[in-house]
Amino acid sequence: MPCPKPPYAVCVLLLALDTATPAVTVALHDGHDVIASSSQVDARRHGELLLPAVDRVLAESGLTLDAVTGVVVGIGPGPYTGLRVGLMTADTFGLVLGVPVHGVCTLDGLAFAADIDEGPFVVATDARRKEVYWARYADSRTRLTDPAVDRPADIADQVAGLPAVGAGALLYPDTFPVAHEPEHVSAAALARLAAEKLAAGEELPAPRPLYLRRPDAQVPKNYKVVTPK
Amino acid sequence: MADEPLVLGIETSCDETGVGIVRGTTLLADAVASSVDEHARFGGVVPEVASRAHLEAMVPTIERALKEAGVSARDLDGVAVTAGPGLAGALLVGVTAAKAYAYALGKPLYGVNHLASHICVDQLEHGALPEPTMALLVSGGHSSLLLSTDITSDVRPLGATIDDAAGEAFDKIARVLNLGFPGGPVIDRYAREGDPQAIAFPRGLTGPRDPAYDFSFSGLKTAVARWIEAKRAAGEEVPVRDVSASFQEAVVDVLTRKAVRACKDEGVDHLMIGGGVAANSRLRALAQERCEAAGIRLRVPRPKLCTDNGAMVAALGAEMVARGRAASSWDLSADSSLPVTETHVPGHDHVHEVGKENLYS
Ligand SMILES: [Zn+2]
Repeated sequence: MPCPKPPYAVCVLLLALDTATPAVTVALHDGHDVIASSSQVDARRHGELLLPAVDRVLAESGLTLDAVTGVVVGIGPGPYTGLRVGLMTADTFGLVLGVPVHGVCTLDGLAFAADIDEGPFVVATDARRKEVYWARYADSRTRLTDPAVDRPADIADQVAGLPAVGAGALLYPDTFPVAHEPEHVSAAALARLAAEKLAAGEELPAPRPLYLRRPDAQVPKNYKVVTPK
Repeated sequence: MADEPLVLGIETSCDETGVGIVRGTTLLADAVASSVDEHARFGGVVPEVASRAHLEAMVPTIERALKEAGVSARDLDGVAVTAGPGLAGALLVGVTAAKAYAYALGKPLYGVNHLASHICVDQLEHGALPEPTMALLVSGGHSSLLLSTDITSDVRPLGATIDDAAGEAFDKIARVLNLGFPGGPVIDRYAREGDPQAIAFPRGLTGPRDPAYDFSFSGLKTAVARWIEAKRAAGEEVPVRDVSASFQEAVVDVLTRKAVRACKDEGVDHLMIGGGVAANSRLRALAQERCEAAGIRLRVPRPKLCTDNGAMVAALGAEMVARGRAASSWDLSADSSLPVTETHVPGHDHVHEVGKENLYS
């Protein structure tokens, strides 16, 4: 165990997960820093990769899941199917372990990882369908706008001249000419951000998904007429 | 019996979030949260709406099932989940939850087949499944004739629909008649007051050269729609009760005729009927009549166990544990087109070895 048993100190072990981008990323944070992490980029296999990654990160640290005192999960925005893998896993761990589950906006995790003291700058991830999920930041800890989903061309005015990070920025150089790494969010950054906020007594959002789009639903037209009129 | 396996099952292949708990063949809890109302205005299940609802409903439904069963999650012998077939995104939510749940509890995980679960659920109603058993599964998603000699390892497909599922036909005809969604229960209700012989609708794939065990409901659906439109075009009132009864009769006549024939051909003396359409009162009555005449014992679970639910998954999971079948591995994936012959998804070698030291003792 990384810390002594109470009452000598309050033991913290945060398990952070994010599946809102093509990265399947897991990290453990002991209240001081990240002690183990794993990131794999594979947009189609979130469901298969996440749990083995959790298992690996715990094994590397010589810890068991029951040592976890809190779960941190990226709430997106992100393509829905993958996004739900992280959230469902976090919810279920929270249920079994009886520990709090904290949400963190995935774009905030990316902004934190970008480590920019003086902005403004933009974080943009790939929303597919030729759109990006994005928000503007004053610095790595301060978001200025609500996360949104838009076509890059439609937000060109709002992001003009600003540096940008994230796969969404790297994908659309016309809109984001000054784009750079990090490309994907890391659970390590998510964990550090959450640990900092929790230590400062800040409340983190509930672990509810930021879909930002309504579900595609084809409303069937009145039944197909099969006889000629 | 206390030494029978205690298993929790999770089902999310379509629009029901189901969590069931069984001990061997005894049902302890069957908690279901349905998003059917959210789909009603679309006239069918919208996959993304279903997936979103599963995520919201999962944890509360697990908690409800545990409370209902009066057991502690720590006492479970395994966690089972529908690995497929079904809607990919919807399945993934359940598989993800089951994996995290099993892992956090340090219990083995069993990814099982949805269709085999529909058959196995009858153990909760009528005790151990006879081997072999013929199964007719009919719902909005499936219409299959299956022969099972061992529900954990050997389920053979004899026939299936070549176009629409039987339940789909009920939904479509209900829509044509402006009766709403889902169509099954409402057509059943109107049909009770109608004449099943009033209109002679076609029986699909019943000719001498047609495949003996396959079904087709597309032609029937078109014929019924045409008939209704002709009435409307002529300015006449559509006799909803007679249309419902005659349409329903055409469906259940073919289903039961083929199921009984399959039993005779294969020398099987037990027929089970499952899936949502098994709740249909006329299907139950006609199957009973024809099975009695043919010396076949009919087993139909109560309607709540026929529709998609977690108890059926738990029932098959418990059977997997009882028969010592291999557990699934932590990288189990949802397979939207899992063949019925794959009754479960066993893990690779040394399934849980990797993480064993991380789990609770
Ligand atoms: Zn089903």
